[in-house]
Amino acid sequence: MILVFAETWSGQFKKSTFEAVQYAAACAAAQGSQAVAVVVGPASAPVESLGAYGAHKVLHLHGPERFETALYAALIGDVAKELDARLIVVNGTANGRALLGALAVRAEAGVISNVTALPESYSPVRVVRGAFSSKGIEVCESRSACTVIGLVPNALGAKEASGSDAAFEDRSVSAPARATVVEQQLASGTIALPEAERVVSAGRGMKAPENWGMIEELAQVLGAATACSKPVSDIGWRPHREHVGQTGIQVNPQLYIAIGISGAIQHLAGVSSSKTIVVINSDPEAPFFKAADYGIVGDAFDIIPRLTAALRKHLN
Amino acid sequence: MKILVCISHVPDTTAKIQFTADARSLDANGVQFVINPYDEFGLTRALQLNEQLGGTVTAVTVGGAEVEPTLRKALAIGAHDAVRVDAQPTDPMQVARELAAVASAGGYDLVVCGQESIDYNGGIVPSALAELLGWPVVTPCIGFTPEGGKAKASREIDGGKEVLDLALPAVLGAKKGLVEESELRIPNMRGIMSARTKPLTVAAAAGAAAGSAPVTFTKPAGKSAVQMIDAQDLETLVKKLHEEAKVI
Ligand SMILES: Cc1cc2nc3c(=O)[nH]c(=O)nc-3n(C[C@H](O)[C@H](O)[C@H](O)COP(=O)(O)OP(=O)(O)OC[C@H]3O[C@@H](n4cnc5c(N)ncnc54)[C@H](O)[C@@H]3O)c2cc1C
Ligand SMILES: Nc1ncnc2c1ncn2[C@@H]1O[C@H](COP(=O)(O)O)[C@@H](O)[C@H]1O
Repeated sequence: MILVFAETWSGQFKKSTFEAVQYAAACAAAQGSQAVAVVVGPASAPVESLGAYGAHKVLHLHGPERFETALYAALIGDVAKELDARLIVVNGTANGRALLGALAVRAEAGVISNVTALPESYSPVRVVRGAFSSKGIEVCESRSACTVIGLVPNALGAKEASGSDAAFEDRSVSAPARATVVEQQLASGTIALPEAERVVSAGRGMKAPENWGMIEELAQVLGAATACSKPVSDIGWRPHREHVGQTGIQVNPQLYIAIGISGAIQHLAGVSSSKTIVVINSDPEAPFFKAADYGIVGDAFDIIPRLTAALRKHLN
Repeated sequence: MKILVCISHVPDTTAKIQFTADARSLDANGVQFVINPYDEFGLTRALQLNEQLGGTVTAVTVGGAEVEPTLRKALAIGAHDAVRVDAQPTDPMQVARELAAVASAGGYDLVVCGQESIDYNGGIVPSALAELLGWPVVTPCIGFTPEGGKAKASREIDGGKEVLDLALPAVLGAKKGLVEESELRIPNMRGIMSARTKPLTVAAAAGAAAGSAPVTFTKPAGKSAVQMIDAQDLETLVKKLHEEAKVI
């Protein structure tokens, strides 16, 4: 049996949840097994719809209102043991990543995080993962009967849903949380960076925080998340949560547009696995061009408004 | 407050990463090792709490003798004593189990980790360790204030943050925000001198099993040469993104 944690946010499935369910379904198909998705807490989306992504069955655990690491690890870990799961697939969101270690302990499993591909083999589980902040590719082998797999969001990409609804089972559960969430603050209207398929990122070349209007506009036209280099968040031009790189958020989008960013090794470490990289920089010698697919030498303040207009025209 | 700070010994962020000829491990030749950047935030917060509340700050690393200079650096920054657990771990579960043995024997109020080590990028140890101990965990932790036997902590979530109430002892997975970059401490001369005489004990490993092990390491394929596009011809870029890269 293959288990997958189907994460929800405000009752809806997270985008990377579909990717995780498809990953689990592909593992199940390769082994002649079945994928069971576990939904924990309130869900307004119909849970059986995960069948369209390959879930054979959906187990909906009612009770907890909010994610808490120990609580979710206990609930999902107990299901894994009950069903004798061989693999437990978890998407690489902030909550998913927090869960991995605790879940491995509860499920008496091994754990392999940062996974970017389907397993090469299943007994033992061998799978490719990113290491050394994308400067290395590791093949890792599990030494446990059960293995928790933590996915990098967007590494495989969710395919179109097809297929029918899954069987589902509701259960009421309770387990003690070890911490209580007393407050949540969300930046409204923004796309979460780790899951973003397109990212518009800007650096110190933008000169001042009031110049980010054109960055946000470009991002909006593309349906992209905004990001920034580390110094930009250090000096407070942009919030910390937008800092990408080795010591910030690691992103893996289809398209990464870097504007006025020099391309320091620590920045590249968090963005270099993006599928297509566009670099816009006034300095033709900027190191980022070496890591780019498309490069434009020029002044961002001249280029960005024109690029936004050209994209708007194309996308309409 | 009795605090244990878990320090991971990692290649400097500017290091060029090479692997050994048999592809089985990192080639440490010429690589400068440092305290994992996330652990620096944790160590600094631990020292701040120590200044407010008293107690001790102990640094611990699971590793061979080669990690001792990194532990000495933690001592130079201000940790009171250090422990090296003598093992060569192959995965974060093994590390977590070794650390759990140290943490439960020591009567700590708080264990501070980094949210992730930048070498193997596991991001596993904080929550695994907490679960082994039966303690609450906050990771990625971007704020922590003890209040008696309890604490308030903040945690980064996708696109925002949340505030948690919890009871101590607890485990944190530190990230920038727990302290600011400007608050990070670097060793001064007095610190470096005193670090030489602070206790660094070597503890025998508990013999914990690993849950996984690396088989091979390779370097990612380099990008093919960049295509430069004229700044006056942005339509070409749009066209290439659509037809060639197929990303819009
Ligand atoms: C331990 C450690 C960890 C780090 N981690 C990270 C990390 O995770 N992420 C990260 O980003 N950095 C990280 N850094 C910092 C990194 O080394 C660089 O300093 C940083 O990425 C540089 O940011 P930048 O490119 O925005 O600024 P700069 O290096 O100042 O580059 C600005 C660029 O803008 C260009 N420019 C200027 N004006 C214009 C214009 N009008 N139009 C177009 N282009 C223009 C310039 O040519 C230049 O290339 C880390 C550093 C250390 C020591
Ligand atoms: N060998 C180690 N010794 C001590 N602490 C470690 C070790 N490896 C990881 N840690 C701690 O666990 C955190 C997360 O590491 P990881 O789960 O390996 O990404 C690090 O930031 C350290 O605080």
